[in-house]
Amino acid sequence: MPSMTEAVPLSWVLLLAGALFCIGLFGALSRRNTVGILLGIELMLNAVNINLVAFWRYLEPNVVAGQTFALFVVTVAAAEAAVGLAMIIAIYRSRQTVNADEVDSLRG
Amino acid sequence: MNTFITILFVVFAVYILVAAIMTVTVKNIVHAALWLISSFFTVGALYLLMEAEFIGVAQVLIYVGAVSILILFAIMLTRDLEGTQNRQMTPRWWIALIVPAALFGLLITPTVLTYQWQLPPPAPAGQSTPIAGAAQIGTAFVREYLLPFQVASVLLTVALIGAVVIAFEERERRRYVPTLAEKVRQQQRVRRPDPAASAMQSSETAGSET
Amino acid sequence: MTRVDIVILIVKCIVLALAATGVFAYFTLFERRLLARMQNRVGPNRAGPAGFLQPIADALKLFFKEDVTPLLADRRVYLISPAFAIVPALIIWATIPLGMWPDGRGGNWLQLAEVNVGILYLLAVTSIGVYGIAIAGWASNNKYSMLGGVRASAQVISYELALGLAVLGAVMQAQSFSTAEIVERQTLMWNVVPQFLGFVVFIIAATAEVVRAPFDLVEAEQELVGGYNTEYSSMKFALFFMSEYVKLVAMNAIAVTLFLGGWQFPGLQTLAAAATQQYGFVIGNAVLGLASLGAFLLKVMLLSFVSVWVRATLPRVRYDQLMDLGWKVLLPLSLANVVVTAVLNVFLPDSPVVTAIAGLVIGTGILLATAAIGRPGKEKRRVTLVQG
Repeated sequence: MPSMTEAVPLSWVLLLAGALFCIGLFGALSRRNTVGILLGIELMLNAVNINLVAFWRYLEPNVVAGQTFALFVVTVAAAEAAVGLAMIIAIYRSRQTVNADEVDSLRG
Repeated sequence: MNTFITILFVVFAVYILVAAIMTVTVKNIVHAALWLISSFFTVGALYLLMEAEFIGVAQVLIYVGAVSILILFAIMLTRDLEGTQNRQMTPRWWIALIVPAALFGLLITPTVLTYQWQLPPPAPAGQSTPIAGAAQIGTAFVREYLLPFQVASVLLTVALIGAVVIAFEERERRRYVPTLAEKVRQQQRVRRPDPAASAMQSSETAGSET
Repeated sequence: MTRVDIVILIVKCIVLALAATGVFAYFTLFERRLLARMQNRVGPNRAGPAGFLQPIADALKLFFKEDVTPLLADRRVYLISPAFAIVPALIIWATIPLGMWPDGRGGNWLQLAEVNVGILYLLAVTSIGVYGIAIAGWASNNKYSMLGGVRASAQVISYELALGLAVLGAVMQAQSFSTAEIVERQTLMWNVVPQFLGFVVFIIAATAEVVRAPFDLVEAEQELVGGYNTEYSSMKFALFFMSEYVKLVAMNAIAVTLFLGGWQFPGLQTLAAAATQQYGFVIGNAVLGLASLGAFLLKVMLLSFVSVWVRATLPRVRYDQLMDLGWKVLLPLSLANVVVTAVLNVFLPDSPVVTAIAGLVIGTGILLATAAIGRPGKEKRRVTLVQG
């Protein structure tokens, strides 16, 4: 059974993850919509996960550290999405907007 | 067979990047979320290509099955009152473009391309490299990663409770949306006040809350 | 992997997809006739003998209906959502072992793919099934459709937890994520005995997961016109309809695989051994394959009968009752099931029969206790009618 380690160099995977991270960063910085910002953050977390899994597969396939870390990242991402979306709903309820630049006062 | 895997990888990679770019650029936020979902799905396929079955399926189960549904749900609950014709980008979005572009072009690419990784020697012909699977991950979670595992569960509990507390709204503070019949009645009351209508005003009907 | 293998794989995929579609067609007939019987009617009996050609007539009718797209719908999403609905319903069948027909090379003709995380695959595919409903409701640009879609997504993510944890009990019992392995482990005793609580939770949560009566609030006619598929017509509507039924049958098949012994049946191995002795391996394997497939289909049909029965009997639940049931009853029950399974398997690892009986007794006890606590006593919730 041929594996990906022979067919694709590690640096390609890392470049893919890097590009995905930068696209996500752009999304998180440039979107006005708070949900859009959250989408960007999710892309960044995914890029990190690709990196972790790639390092695990190419460098140490017989230990579980890389996969375990990736699972923790997924856990944190799920928690982050739940709390973030709850905040967006709360903001929407009090302000009738989801645009980040319109939620700029400190008063509630 | 190796060429086949290379082609598969390139197709996946290109699709992931295109879907990611669409996610951050399309105007309609629901379309953005759908592009994001397809990107997640392809990342899951990439994990399968890297023989990380457990992570691949967990990716689909958690990201595609739960997180993205939550995002779609939030988008549907927070319908943008101004419509989608407005600007979706911040005014100085080009700064936001320069920073990641510089990060990718000046930092990530040179580093990745110049560093020499200490790759393990390829397995001898006819044998396959031993790969840690779901069983090993499970064992690791109750042995050496027990503390992080517990911390993660506490984090999830805290997030669950926190999300409920933040998004919870007391019944008294709910925005009252009158039905059409109530609006008509209200207008009638302006002309001719009657006690029944004002009593109705203060009570709430289950069907008219949004 | 040679070229022949790939061709065989493709043929298997096509046959499986067509079989799932055929099962859907005749399940609708089965359901309509049975519902009619339960409601003291006759049901469709005109097309062909005993209404046997009714599904074909329905399909032809749907093909030739006018296909309407709403003017303000989001065209692309509107067009893609039926595909989103039907694809998960079909690919869910890939890892379910439908029988045991050894192909002589350690494989099984009646299981499309044997992956070692098969159960997680099933859960993942089930959870993405809701996208079709959610985005169809959004794309139709109709407030009733959208309410249907929002209800569907909230309902499915709520019941997914209980469903996953109920499945986990069976996984712990077999100590494997592989579907074939789980079926193999039930030779001695079907999982329904040691996992009785998990089975009950699974059946309820699965019914809610495929938004089927009594949990079909997504398409509550009285409240939401037709629900998420109000704006769909012709084949697009047919695809939604089909995905619902294929998912239901698939859920029943998963329940059979996890809890009712899959293709196992008492006397099956003896029969196969006798046939092998008499006529050789090829015939023996074929006998085993067909008999096990028959046993599997029989069990699926039994559970399908129960689904129709439930639909004919129970009224639709209210939305707050739905959420209460999911979060306050099924989720704790499934967690209790996981704990009980873990404790029993750690303390009584060598005596499966004792473990099973203990599991059955404890599970039934917990269920009865929950039923006693949750029994509606005096009316707690007082509904105030609005005057006017």
